[in-house]
Amino acid sequence: MSATTLTAPAAATAPAPGHDPRRRTRRNSTLLGLLAWLCGIVFFLPFAWMVLTSLHSEQDAATNPPSLGAALTLNGYREFFGSGTGVSPWPPLINSLTASVASTVLVLLLATPAAYALSIKPVRKWTDVMFFFLSTKMLPAVAGLLPVYLIAKNTGLLDNIWLLVILYTSMNLPIAVWMMRSFLADVPVAILEAASIDGAGLPTVLVRIVAPVVAPGIAATALISFIFSWNELLFARVLTGVVANTAPVFLTGFVTSQGLFLAKVCAAAVCISLPVLAAGFAAQDKLVQGLSLGAVK
Amino acid sequence: MSTPSVTRRLRAPRSAVGRAASSPPAARPRGAWARRAPLLPALLFMIVVTQLPFVGTLVISFMRWNALDPGDRGFAGIQNYKEEFTDPQLRSALTTTVVLTAAVVAVSLLLGLGLALLLDRKFIGRGAVRTLLITPFLVVPVASALLWKHALYNATYGLFNGTLTWLWSLFGSDNAPQPDWLSVVPLLSVEASLVWQWTPFMMLILLAGLQSRPTDIAEAARVDGAGAWHIFRYLTFPHLRRYLELAALLGTVYVVQNFDAVFTLTSGGLGTANLPYTVYTTFYQAHDYGQASAEGVIVVVLSIIVATFALRTVSSLFREEIR
Repeated sequence: MSATTLTAPAAATAPAPGHDPRRRTRRNSTLLGLLAWLCGIVFFLPFAWMVLTSLHSEQDAATNPPSLGAALTLNGYREFFGSGTGVSPWPPLINSLTASVASTVLVLLLATPAAYALSIKPVRKWTDVMFFFLSTKMLPAVAGLLPVYLIAKNTGLLDNIWLLVILYTSMNLPIAVWMMRSFLADVPVAILEAASIDGAGLPTVLVRIVAPVVAPGIAATALISFIFSWNELLFARVLTGVVANTAPVFLTGFVTSQGLFLAKVCAAAVCISLPVLAAGFAAQDKLVQGLSLGAVK
Repeated sequence: MSTPSVTRRLRAPRSAVGRAASSPPAARPRGAWARRAPLLPALLFMIVVTQLPFVGTLVISFMRWNALDPGDRGFAGIQNYKEEFTDPQLRSALTTTVVLTAAVVAVSLLLGLGLALLLDRKFIGRGAVRTLLITPFLVVPVASALLWKHALYNATYGLFNGTLTWLWSLFGSDNAPQPDWLSVVPLLSVEASLVWQWTPFMMLILLAGLQSRPTDIAEAARVDGAGAWHIFRYLTFPHLRRYLELAALLGTVYVVQNFDAVFTLTSGGLGTANLPYTVYTTFYQAHDYGQASAEGVIVVVLSIIVATFALRTVSSLFREEIR
């Protein structure tokens, strides 16, 4: 701002135009770069604070004003992994992993053929089908939770991880169909026609020709599906209990059962977020495409 | 989860789009089935897992059914709905949902736009800044809610009050204000944590939009002497519009259904209970299945209204793509 007001009159009166504006642009651009860095740091700060707190002892974590220079320790993490308290986070973490991976596989198995049918050789009324899938996503999950709970209770499926797999699949399938359709629409029709002239059947075409072309799209879809399944709380909270509870459910219970130990809670939050953070950092561009249902390329 | 009526409403955009895009009429039935077959597993799965439970919810919403009183189960007519509409709690949950969603989506969209514009230009460490910025979106929502509740908002040792203490001590004062954020401004606290979580999402979509814009036109405009504001107003903004709509739409879909933040930060206290949380408590804590189902149905009806607008936006994007 100040740079603009200072240089504007100079630019107007200077005999050699083209010199000052360029310097002004450069200075502005440095300032905007610094501003971007500042914003990045502000947004990252709460997370950094969580990591720092997780590495402090409980006494140092709960100080006012904050203790930045306190000694670092891995005690929070040790406690979280159960060496102190005996409550192991491994079963919930393994449950989360099972549910997320299994439902991601199921999503891909169901979405890929569906997207193929909707993109390469559109079936009639295909836009209706697309909007049906999307409409299931617009409506709140709570609307069908109770009957699912009652059925699960009466069939003994309550507290069973496979029930979550089915629900997570229904949660991610619509997005997956939309994403995969837009990726599959990029497959040139000529290649497919050539293949079918050469006598390749549908399975061969799918596996040998379509799959390699859309591999990046499949990866993006899998990533999104994994992240949303890993993060889900409501279904897991209502439909699981002792055996099948997932990492987010474990995390909410962790706070209540242990009382508030800030360092330990932060260590737990960091550990549970780690798989998603790693996957997200590794595939930032794919994340964008996926989250915008493949509409942004 | 969905209702049949949403699909019925969607017939309108189809007739316009479908005709232009549909393939030649399926003359040979065998070919048609070969084309439809790959679609069926996914379609059947979605119908069984989302539509049938909703029918169940609809039926139960007309029943007297409280799990704590199993003897008294039967047909209740519209009793559950009547109770809902006279219940101030539901009305307050409805207002909360609207305020929460509108505030979070609007603020994070604006911040996201600003950040996307900042990141659209080249500067040293742009990739690193983008990584810093998307972190909030990648933290597991429950973990981020716990972080805000205990490590930031906490009145005794949270970072915010700790910083206030430190700032005041710089000026030699030891009675810095120490507000209990979650009870002084409960809804604002929930909103702030959600804005932190959703701004990166908006930023990512808008950044992708900015980077897909043709640069030569802006270049030509600059040569013709157009200022930065004019280029933004007449070139960048029109191009970004569909991305803004998409970001707002997807943000709304997710924030309306928010459960994690309300559940963790305030447990729905002090006027922060939104509709999903209200249904959850009626069902999971009060065990009133009939009442919870009626609330669920009301949530769905309201969602249909939002979804109709939302889907219209998407279908206009979709139509553009088909052309």
